[in-house]
Amino acid sequence: MIRFFEFAGRPFIAIVEECGRIMLLLFSAIVWMFRPPFRFRVILKQMEFVGVNSLTVVLITGAFTGMVFALQSYHGFRMFGGESLVGATVALGMTRELGPVFTALMVTGRAGSAMAAELGTMRVTEQIDALSTMSVNPIQFLIVPRIIAGIVMLPVLTIISDFIGIVGGYFVGVKLLKINSGIFMSRITELVEFEDIYNGLAKAVCFGLIFTLIGCYKGFYTSGGAEGVGRATTESVVFSSVTILISDYFLTSVMF
Amino acid sequence: MIKLVKVCKSFNSQKVLDNLDLEIEPEKITVIIGRSGGGKSVLLKHIIGLIRPDSGQVFIDGIDIASLSDKKLNETRKKFGMLFQDAALFDSMTVGENVAFPLKEHTVLSKKEIDEIVNKKLLQVGLKNVTHKMSSELSGGMRKRVGLARAIVLDPKIILFDEPTTGLDPIMCESINNLIVNTQQLTKATFVVISHDIESTFNIAHKVAMLYHGKIIEIGTSDEIRSSNNPIVKRFIK
Ligand SMILES: Nc1ncnc2c1ncn2[C@@H]1O[C@H](COP(=O)(O)OP(=O)(O)OP(=O)(O)O)[C@@H](O)[C@H]1O
Ligand SMILES: [Mg+2]
Repeated sequence: MIRFFEFAGRPFIAIVEECGRIMLLLFSAIVWMFRPPFRFRVILKQMEFVGVNSLTVVLITGAFTGMVFALQSYHGFRMFGGESLVGATVALGMTRELGPVFTALMVTGRAGSAMAAELGTMRVTEQIDALSTMSVNPIQFLIVPRIIAGIVMLPVLTIISDFIGIVGGYFVGVKLLKINSGIFMSRITELVEFEDIYNGLAKAVCFGLIFTLIGCYKGFYTSGGAEGVGRATTESVVFSSVTILISDYFLTSVMF
Repeated sequence: MIKLVKVCKSFNSQKVLDNLDLEIEPEKITVIIGRSGGGKSVLLKHIIGLIRPDSGQVFIDGIDIASLSDKKLNETRKKFGMLFQDAALFDSMTVGENVAFPLKEHTVLSKKEIDEIVNKKLLQVGLKNVTHKMSSELSGGMRKRVGLARAIVLDPKIILFDEPTTGLDPIMCESINNLIVNTQQLTKATFVVISHDIESTFNIAHKVAMLYHGKIIEIGTSDEIRSSNNPIVKRFIK
């Protein structure tokens, strides 16, 4: 009987342990964030990497998400003559859910995995140790700028995604499905509150923290050579994505 | 002054350092020899606090760094330069940026002054016209020499070299050994060198220490080690 609990409990304990270590890393990252020197150039470089370089993929996913959402909701609403609500539905869906979540998932796949791979390689080739020997704290030099970049850039990307998604919805709704443009727009302004956008961006801030923290954690504590780096990269994407989706549920239940 | 007292370190169940005692004379070159996989690199990483001992103390200028906080350790490490066995160059940076990195972090020199020092140090290790190459484009021997330049660029008080000449051709070996001896004479820093090359060990070392089964079994001047009666030492130096 005890054996059974030991056996069943082991993965659970492993997860709790891992979360503990992630929290410890977050804690030291916060401490080092407020100690000089402040590395603005490194931060800007990471912002470019997370933000600017993700722009194309965010634009494409955002546009098509809005478009398919308009198409689907049009077919639904038409059954009871509610086509005029298509615009508002797309706008609410994008700002509250699809914008933040899809952007976070895409950026996790692109930038989060790259962070895990880069830090993992630096770990197994002793570059992180080399930083320490030069009296440069690796958490401050490597992890703090990445977390800041994630927290700042993900909301920015989310706004862009929200906007382009609504534009995509407008294109499908008004241009292809011939919904009246005036009604389409007025319903959006009627039903979408500032709070919807704001809450969506708050989510994006959380997701930005999650994917950078997990990507850095997995990379920073890599062991086992090239194979270990591969494992860290995969695990970081899976773990981040799952955590983003789970936390999205709880954030939503608190916010709306 | 570097002093290790009763240092023990195991990885999983493998005992690498076993109650190791070692005192390294300041302002001298100490060469550590020993079998491959015997724990030389691990020993070196204890001296700079990259690995903390399971038990025992590591004194640097009287401070036990084995129990120091990360922040205080950072301060102590400013006395150090280190060359890693595989050079550990930053592969996101060029050769020049690698060597300039400690200068940018810890001095207020202008860009021009930094460039000058970097070029001088690279020249010392026999490298010309490589400042703009990415470090991933270098050969193994070149990486090692860039790592060497990076380790000595701040003229630190203590420099640790993990096999500085392994993988270099005989001529380059000799010039690196000369560089080590000359730099040490010039700066009067404390050098700890790991070497597999017995012959050059005796040429450059003020003191030679032999690591065997997790302990320093013999330490002395080149002559003392050469005429040692310890059968293990004898066999190792042939
Ligand atoms: N981080 C680590 N985790 C687990 N084991 C380790 C670690 N570092 C070193 N070891 C083990 O400690 C032993 C000593 O390794 P070390 O690198 O110090 O050898 P070395 O004397 O430097 O050998 P070489 O001359 O080949 O470089 C090896 O058996 C190695 O497997
Ligand atoms: Mg070694």
